Amino acid sequence: MPIQYYIYLCLALFSIGVTGVLTRRNAIVVFMCIELMLNAVNLLLVAFSKMFHGYALVQNAASTTGIDAQIFVFFIMVVAAAEVSVGLAIIVMMYRNTHSVDINFLNRLKN
Amino acid sequence: MGIMKVLVGLIILWPLAGFLFNGLGRNYWSKKVIAYKATGYIVASFIASIFAFIHVQEHGATSIHYFDFINTATIKIPFDFKVDALSSLFLLVITGVGSLIHLYSTAYMKEESSSHYARYFAYLNLFIFSMLLLVLGDNYVIMFIGWEGVGLCSYLLIGYWFTNGDFNYAAKKAFIMNRIGDLGFLLAIFWIIFKLGSVSYSEVLTAESLAKLSSADITGITLLLFVGAMGKSAQIPLFTWLPDAMAGPTPVSALIHAATMVTAGIYMITRSNILFSHSEITQTVIAIIGISTALLAATIAIKQNDIKKVLAYSTVSQLGYMFLGLGVGAYSGAVFHVITHAFFKALLFLGAGSVIHAMHHEQDIRKMGGLKSKLPITHITFLIGCIAIAGVPPFSGFFSKDEILAAAFAKSPVYWVLGVIGAAMTAFYMFRLYATTFLGKFRGTDNQEAHLHESPMAMTLPLILLAVASAIAGAIGVPEILGGHHWLSNQLSAIVGEPTEIGLSHTTEWVLMAVSVSIAVIALLLAVNIYKKKTDEAPTSIIGQFFYNKWHIDELYNSAIVNPLNRFAGFLKNIIEKQVIDGAVNGTGKLVQYSARQLRLIQNGQVGYYILFMVLGIVLLFLLWFNDTLLLRFFHNLIK
Repeated sequence: MPIQYYIYLCLALFSIGVTGVLTRRNAIVVFMCIELMLNAVNLLLVAFSKMFHGYALVQNAASTTGIDAQIFVFFIMVVAAAEVSVGLAIIVMMYRNTHSVDINFLNRLKN
Repeated sequence: MGIMKVLVGLIILWPLAGFLFNGLGRNYWSKKVIAYKATGYIVASFIASIFAFIHVQEHGATSIHYFDFINTATIKIPFDFKVDALSSLFLLVITGVGSLIHLYSTAYMKEESSSHYARYFAYLNLFIFSMLLLVLGDNYVIMFIGWEGVGLCSYLLIGYWFTNGDFNYAAKKAFIMNRIGDLGFLLAIFWIIFKLGSVSYSEVLTAESLAKLSSADITGITLLLFVGAMGKSAQIPLFTWLPDAMAGPTPVSALIHAATMVTAGIYMITRSNILFSHSEITQTVIAIIGISTALLAATIAIKQNDIKKVLAYSTVSQLGYMFLGLGVGAYSGAVFHVITHAFFKALLFLGAGSVIHAMHHEQDIRKMGGLKSKLPITHITFLIGCIAIAGVPPFSGFFSKDEILAAAFAKSPVYWVLGVIGAAMTAFYMFRLYATTFLGKFRGTDNQEAHLHESPMAMTLPLILLAVASAIAGAIGVPEILGGHHWLSNQLSAIVGEPTEIGLSHTTEWVLMAVSVSIAVIALLLAVNIYKKKTDEAPTSIIGQFFYNKWHIDELYNSAIVNPLNRFAGFLKNIIEKQVIDGAVNGTGKLVQYSARQLRLIQNGQVGYYILFMVLGIVLLFLLWFNDTLLLRFFHNLIK
């Protein structure tokens, strides 16, 4: 499959994520959109890695060039899972304090 | 040589010492000490000048080197003094008349408080010092230092009574008018340096350096020098400061009008006569301006009622004669007139001071009259001064004026006719002044009449000495046809060249002399007859008013130069400064403040907005990064 398809898909996912972060007020939805952007980038990384590896295989059948990026992605997913747990914990604490998950309440940075 | 170095140094340092002594110690010394010191220094300077003069008579001219004033690879300006026939004569006149004026001032200024008294004498000494520097300098730069010093001192002395706004205005006027002339002089010096690389008289005023100059150069330099002389010596169009200069104390007027300051221009042109003789154009300009000034000032003097104003305009008029003499090449005649004029004009001003002193600061001659019996010494000496300036033989003014007129006739009879008309007017206004002041009945208040008194000895002695000098000074320049051998022009022949044969037969000279003298005498008698009984009231005829109002020249200058300049300055101050420059500066500040106020609204604490702007920023960066249009590449370079 041509690499462009992956790129367009990632672009779409990333844009959806950006739009969601900018427009939604619900903290959980915003959080999900952030994850969406993260995974869009992850997907792109896998796609480029695969493409690069395929190119290297043509040159040399024993080549392992490009494999390492796919391993990176696993690490990113692990870190993202940790991040999700911290993020969700923050949202829970926020709900406990304000009885709302509306991020517009979080305007204390103003002063 | 060695002795001259010390002697000439002393001539010039004594007045400077007097200035420092009185200027720095003005709060410590009593009036008596101040007066003795100030006068003593100038008298000492006078005695030294006599020795210098004798030395020049015996050993000829010398140039004395003190130190290098400016010494660079391309130009060297030494601090040298030149003592020759011309400068030693000027030394005698300046210090001689100067010391008499100092002596007179000690009594005239008695009413001043002692610190002001000291200030006055300090200025007076500095004035003499500057004038001596001007005369002694062996190059144009030293002359220029003295030239500026004289201008400064005239400013200080004219504005001596600085609490009076009018007097301050007169002082400023004198200073600014002089500055205009000084600019001309300065440009001439630059021109000389540019072309010849030197300013020393011994290098500039030689045949070799003349050969290096084109005729356009010579004309340019001499015209610019003449502009300088115009300012200092009060010629059209820069003469209006001199009549106003009488705002200062009367002895100061005597000093400015007679011994110093106004003679500077004559001295400078006589000193550079080699240049001037090589420019026909400049000579014609000088002669025309000289004779015009002489006539213009004479017509004004006829209608003035202030005793000092009449004398002031007569000074302008006599200076016009001197410039006529310079313009027609009669340099020694001009110097002769400077010397005789120094005597009789100092005499007249000091006499006027004596009258003003007796009249308790009344200067209007219409309120005087009949002072003959009350002020006998002042009367006699003043009369001698009037006769001398009117050009009646055998008093001094006759000889000097006649020499100039004869040379003028040789150049062009038109100059002579105009000169004789001026001479007649001179006789007329001087005797109008004399008759109104001293003859007839007293017209002042009873109180003034009761207090009329002859001035003290310190004031009458200078008058008597100056009267004697005015009477006999003509002896130094008796022309050949009257049996003399013209000592003065022989003296000056080394500097101004041998007296040129003016090519007039003795008969012609006799006729010219007889005509000018008889016209002057007629004018004189006419004036005495008219003004013995009556005074001039405000003039009614148009011409009379025109002369009375000084040809409206002050008004002309005000409306043509002063007011437009003031308006232009006002435009710069109110529009350019306040609106354009201040507007730009304040506008920048206001713009920053305004935009800051607007931008502050963006910081509203909503995380969403922050993210939005962050995203917009990133998008913008991407746009910049990937577009190659010219403007964006510029930003690109900025970011890079």
